[in-house]
Amino acid sequence: MIAADLAPLAVALPLLGAAITFILIRYPSAQRFVSISTLALTLGLEVVMLLAAPSTGTHAVRLGGWEPPFGIVLVVDQFSALMLVVSSVVSLTVLVYAAGQGTSDGDEEGPVSIFHPTYLILVAGVSNAFLTGDLFNLYVGFEILLTASYVLMTLGGTAPRIRAGVTYVVVSVVSSMLFLIAIGMIYGATGTVNMADLAVKLEDVDPATQLVLHLMLLVAFGIKAAVFPLSFWLPDSYPTAPAPVTAVFAGLLTKVGVYAMVRVETLLFPGDRINSFLMVVALLTMIVGILGALAQSDLKRLLSFTLVSHIGYMVFGLALSSRLGLAATVYYVVHHITIQTSLFLVTGLVERRGGTADVDRLGGLARLSPLLGILFFVPAMNLAGIPPFSGFLGKLGLLEAGVELGTPLALLLVAGAVTTSLLTLLVMARVWNRAFWRSPEDVEDPDPILLAAATDGSRVTASLQVTGEDTGKFAGTDSVTLLPATMTGPTIGLVALGLGLTLLAGPLFTLTDNAAAEMLERTPYLEAVLGAGADR
Amino acid sequence: MTVNITLIVLMAAFFAAGLYLLLERSLTRVLFGLILMGNGVNILILAMSGGSGTAPLHSAGTPAEEYADSLPQALILTAIVITFAVTSFMLGMIYRSWVLRRKDEVQDDPETLRADDQDDYGHGDTDSSEDASEFSDAGEARPLRRRKAEPAAGAGRTAGEAP
Repeated sequence: MIAADLAPLAVALPLLGAAITFILIRYPSAQRFVSISTLALTLGLEVVMLLAAPSTGTHAVRLGGWEPPFGIVLVVDQFSALMLVVSSVVSLTVLVYAAGQGTSDGDEEGPVSIFHPTYLILVAGVSNAFLTGDLFNLYVGFEILLTASYVLMTLGGTAPRIRAGVTYVVVSVVSSMLFLIAIGMIYGATGTVNMADLAVKLEDVDPATQLVLHLMLLVAFGIKAAVFPLSFWLPDSYPTAPAPVTAVFAGLLTKVGVYAMVRVETLLFPGDRINSFLMVVALLTMIVGILGALAQSDLKRLLSFTLVSHIGYMVFGLALSSRLGLAATVYYVVHHITIQTSLFLVTGLVERRGGTADVDRLGGLARLSPLLGILFFVPAMNLAGIPPFSGFLGKLGLLEAGVELGTPLALLLVAGAVTTSLLTLLVMARVWNRAFWRSPEDVEDPDPILLAAATDGSRVTASLQVTGEDTGKFAGTDSVTLLPATMTGPTIGLVALGLGLTLLAGPLFTLTDNAAAEMLERTPYLEAVLGAGADR
Repeated sequence: MTVNITLIVLMAAFFAAGLYLLLERSLTRVLFGLILMGNGVNILILAMSGGSGTAPLHSAGTPAEEYADSLPQALILTAIVITFAVTSFMLGMIYRSWVLRRKDEVQDDPETLRADDQDDYGHGDTDSSEDASEFSDAGEARPLRRRKAEPAAGAGRTAGEAP
């Protein structure tokens, strides 16, 4: 019994928690307790797995005792263990934030009580996708998390959410179908769906067929990871969901797609056959995404565009297929999950404090709430890649890897990455100048909440809001705490974790470097699943 | 590997009809398109399993080649269950869309329409009370597609409702 044998629990515990919270649907506080403690327990187990991962190496757990390649295996290596820990930290933080929002608004009754079970199922799906060593099981993991995300996306069933949900569901189902078609064709070509077995057998397949299968998988995962030009759906659908849901989607769901792309590139189809193609895609993703963000005034949409843009960095590192590039990609994924989620959580706070997420209707937030100013400023600068934040370190690694490769296309990408970083800084500075720095009186059409609170401290009563045309979601409530500690607390924690990525950059980069070496070598993975001597 | 031509033709027909329906604006047709394409994928997996054979129950003396490959059927079964879940969710969503808007159609993104409406970036905020945020009420009741034709009427109505 070693620590990596705990892997099935990372999927099973959230599912069990989902069942329990579903039974407790009439008892909101019990539901909160169960879901938070389930995720905390899962996180604890995953930390144990991560700490043990460097010493035990890659380890495969055979579900039901079936020997691979016939049974499903869960594979724990340093990359998947790291991703599990990061995803659990982020999902636990967002869960506390969401629970805090529910408590302080007193809207625990009603359809929102479905949030907890669905959220836990989403976490189970994400963990499954990170762990599985079986292509069809990866499809199942994707479907678990996508089906949960459909419910979370349309939570409450308001008209804008249904509109956005329709696009999201149809696009996701089509991408899943492409994935399933690819699985069917891969099975036809090789007769197996076990990823380690595939890695061995795909080498014997005709190169043209290999290319078709490779590209089909990449397109399917590219839609999920929101890689340009397959990213069109993301800025349309994410912003309408509730703030915590958008935060966890932005942090985790696209990264599951990136994770799957990394596995495809390193394990199933190693080599540099389509690397130049991936580099062009990465460049376009970075530039087009950030230009989209420049044109937005709604903070949630703007952040969705920066999310798309920064997926380009991960594809960039992946396309270099060097040890340094891959290590920087893994580091960047960890950094981006943390930072993007904290920015969306802060946006949720901004929306509460200012009544809207439209930057043109916000102002003076830095004076009205200095805490909010700091909470936005730190991750925003981190995202833009200002030293000494983790965004800078991740980008530096990618740039070094690009220069190391030294081809004209790689150097063009380096230039594109620097430009994107500067444009991100511009975008964030514009948001800062408008929403945080200018005085609230200069705002043309401010939400009543923004100005009402300016003279009245942090607590606002409904009577102060009836003068405007839009009383927002607080209409009819007696009093509401705009920035409750239950919501700021998790946000502060996640922003601090983002800073911690700088302090821990040394050990973390050693870890990602080892993970990258392991993935590029492939032998540890193949031997863990298929037994020693299985390679070639 | 043997390939069954009937299955391939059937699959092609499912995909063609499914794709055609998927590109429609009516949500019910989109759903039918997804169901057809989902079944097309199932047939594809079946076709990939090779020729037919005896039931995959072990009996002494039967050579391995005579058994049918059972794994693709297990994959199809899983895919059917997943398609079922997604289909029922989409039905619920389509019904909800109809209840809210009396429209069985893919709705336009208000932000896209807003971008279409504005001549230059500076005047873009006149409609900002009707953006995609959850705080909007005024813009929701009427069909969004008409806004492009009569932006002035839309703005007037918002102003009229304010007091």
